[in-house]
Amino acid sequence: MILALFSILAALLFAPFLFGVINRTKALFAGRTGQPLLQMYYDLYKLGNKGVVYSHTISWVFRVYPVLALAGMLLVLLLLPQGGHVALLAGPGDLFALAYILALVRFFNVIAALDTGSSFEGMGASREVQFSALAEIAFLLGLCTLACVTGSYSLSGIYTQLSYSAWLAHGAVFLLIAIAFFIVFLAENARIPVDDPNTHLELTMIHEVMILDSSGPDLAFLHYASALKFWILGSLLIGLLFPIHTGYGLIDVAFAWLGLLVLAVSVGIVESIMARLRLLRVPQLLVSASVFSFVALIFLLR
Amino acid sequence: MTLFLAGLAVIVCAGTLSLLTQSFHRLSMIAGGLGVSVGSAIWVIPACQSLFQNKTLAVQWAWGIPQGSLILEIDPLSAFFLLPIAILSALAALYAMGYLRGHKNAVGAHWFFYSLLAGGMALVVTARNGLLFLIAWELMSVASYFLVTFEDEEPGVIEAGRTYLIATHIGTAFLFVLFVLLGQESGSLDFAHFTLPHASPWWAGTLFLLALIGFGTKAGLVPLHVWLPEAHPAAPSHVSALMSGVMIKTGIYGILRILPYIGTPPAWWGMLLIGLGLLSGLFGILSALAQTDIKRALAYSSVENIGIIALGLGIFLIGQAAGAPLVALLGLAGALLHVLNHACFKGLLFLGAGSVLHGTGTKNMERLGGLMKTMPWTGTLFTLGALAISALPPFNGFLSEWLIYLGALHGQDLNTASLIIPLFLGIAGLALIGGLALACFTKLVGIVFLGEPRDPKVHAHETHILMRLPMLLLAAGCLAIGLAAPWVQALLQPVLADSLGLAPDVVSAQLQPATAWLAYLPWLALGLFSLMAVLTALRWVLLRKRTIAQAGTWDCGYTRPTARMQYSGSAFSQPILLYVQRILQKGNLRIPQGFLPTAASWNEEAADPVQRFLVRPVYECLVWSTAKLRWIQHGRLQWYVLYIALTLVVLLIWKFR
Repeated sequence: MILALFSILAALLFAPFLFGVINRTKALFAGRTGQPLLQMYYDLYKLGNKGVVYSHTISWVFRVYPVLALAGMLLVLLLLPQGGHVALLAGPGDLFALAYILALVRFFNVIAALDTGSSFEGMGASREVQFSALAEIAFLLGLCTLACVTGSYSLSGIYTQLSYSAWLAHGAVFLLIAIAFFIVFLAENARIPVDDPNTHLELTMIHEVMILDSSGPDLAFLHYASALKFWILGSLLIGLLFPIHTGYGLIDVAFAWLGLLVLAVSVGIVESIMARLRLLRVPQLLVSASVFSFVALIFLLR
Repeated sequence: MTLFLAGLAVIVCAGTLSLLTQSFHRLSMIAGGLGVSVGSAIWVIPACQSLFQNKTLAVQWAWGIPQGSLILEIDPLSAFFLLPIAILSALAALYAMGYLRGHKNAVGAHWFFYSLLAGGMALVVTARNGLLFLIAWELMSVASYFLVTFEDEEPGVIEAGRTYLIATHIGTAFLFVLFVLLGQESGSLDFAHFTLPHASPWWAGTLFLLALIGFGTKAGLVPLHVWLPEAHPAAPSHVSALMSGVMIKTGIYGILRILPYIGTPPAWWGMLLIGLGLLSGLFGILSALAQTDIKRALAYSSVENIGIIALGLGIFLIGQAAGAPLVALLGLAGALLHVLNHACFKGLLFLGAGSVLHGTGTKNMERLGGLMKTMPWTGTLFTLGALAISALPPFNGFLSEWLIYLGALHGQDLNTASLIIPLFLGIAGLALIGGLALACFTKLVGIVFLGEPRDPKVHAHETHILMRLPMLLLAAGCLAIGLAAPWVQALLQPVLADSLGLAPDVVSAQLQPATAWLAYLPWLALGLFSLMAVLTALRWVLLRKRTIAQAGTWDCGYTRPTARMQYSGSAFSQPILLYVQRILQKGNLRIPQGFLPTAASWNEEAADPVQRFLVRPVYECLVWSTAKLRWIQHGRLQWYVLYIALTLVVLLIWKFR
């Protein structure tokens, strides 16, 4: 209980730091010094102290979205087992709730983008719904296969029972699911090869273009929410890759954070060595993630 | 039971009165509308009595028709279907009073058939005699046919009505055979006396397929759905709400009612239903995405939701076949709850689409936009309905899909790969359907209600309070069922116990631990709302001394952006439909030709592949071959009498041979 609260607090404090790590990694690869590691915190502070500009076109949807996005991510943290420990609101079937709360945020993300009446934001919204629908299969099927391996029905059940001995028994299954999760993780967090967070052309963006008209505290909320989403989906991947259970709660949680740092570095590496895929190729990548999840299931049941 | 009959009497009297006073528009309207709403609201009481006190109410009369007696009965299963029929009939009738105000046609006939439809549906779910069931079934189908063709001055309505009438009768033909076969052995058409004619699995399978085709046509399972996207857009919106919300569910009811009489299900029934469910779900939602007509999109989304219900039923059957009561319970609970939920949100959405049509004069979403400002009530309520149908927490759709997911996930207990794979494919399919439903409903909300108006010729106005109130109640219902998650199980318990033949306490002992997590759901919703309140307050504090400026939407440097530059609905769904374009859409390309290029154009429209490649060729074949027999029909009465006499003689010879 205290450990779970502690994990949530840590997520709230450290999530923006991971973006600093990614940027530093990319800077090192490019031979630059790069932004300070704490740049995102400065950005959030700066945005929080700014005024806001609203379009003439918007309705209540656009104003509700930033608030709902952050609130939704905070709720998901209550369901998230971190460091192999039981989450606050754990129970059979919570994995579907996690996926659908993320979908609730996405729904508002998309209609808030359409609310501005901008063709660019409409374009981003259209791509978002296409990619996320495909990513959903890989994600849920992967989680359910993990549930099948561990004989449990909840996220906390899955992640407390994953261990290296289970890796020895079901290595292929776990590896395939980890690959699927990594693809979903990159797609859902709008990273290369699916989306480029640093692009400067609205026509090519997905996530960034959908928040083009947000400003001030609204934008701060949205940036913070996307940092939390990175933390949440990253934790699900790290919990699978590094299932370290030492018996000391704090040490396990510390390992999970370390894992997230490693993940941030590897995202930085992927972004440095890969180009973005053509938009028409992205669905193929996501379908292949679903196929990985499905093959994992077949391996398990063979 | 007296209350049920009283409600039926009130409805039929109100409908008849409205028909008789048809020349006095106002009187006819009030008599019909109020009478039908009050009459169907009365049904809520016996339905709740049966559901909450787990009672079976029944009446029985002898009647002159051979084979059985006139039996009406409300057991928990009937009550569970009667409840949405009662609520939605009442609310849609209220809505119709606003919708038909100032309608140029006389409304008496409308109310008469509306009352017959409501009464017919109620009789279908309470009848316990095969013949009575079929009579009620026909009453319901024919009454709804007249309602579909109510606005017959609009183009295409007559054809849509005809498609519906033919399809529904083809379905009924299969039901005739089903009931005759079921009644054959026992010599009685009373449900209670039904016995299996032969205990062989082939017979049971045949009966199951007959039921699936007969009831599946009404429910709109692919590929039997062809009438659905034709009839729903043609009907007045409150009738679409009633047909889509509850009438097509009588097909689901029929399957559930008949299942116990045709024996224990083998696993392939479940797999077939899961397959049909996934097919209907994917096909329905992709077709919905391809539409530009709001009501047609909603009609296809009904096909999708029937698919989800069929998926739940498939999980139920697999659970029963494998002897895993928990899987069966969760699947059936999800399917049943989705029936109730779909009545709530699809009713709401169709009423919302009706308000859009009423307020703007068009249901083509490419001409709409920005209605949230001119129709704030309709827009907000429609958005809530869209959230609910996309199965997003804390609304009710999430609850039923969650139960179905959990049922499939519990498939891992079965330890048989050949059963786990279909169940887990169900999970994967439902995940994809959910993602596509999100795409479809963000499109509907975003294109119709948000952004800028696309067509300056469309002038929108908010609708009458009588049209908003039923929508408000339905939206409240969607949220209330979602928030009541921990208690909904109690509502389902008697139905589940009856259908599985278990004791109610066994059911709750099985379900309680498996669905314990639902207790958190109201707290999650409360947490969501309070976090949103806190964050809104935080934003207010942060912005207190700052400027809140208004400006145009960021236009990337264009000097004269217009509303026509917005993303259109077709553009929004195009990337998803790219892969199924050849199947779902029909395009018309005209390329420039010659040395001085002529005009070029490209248009595409959604076209149902089942209609195009299956139904139409068969229909044309039939028309061609029956045209050869037209000489029999010449309009001379004596000859017709001779035909009848000859037929009787042949029948007599056959009987005494």
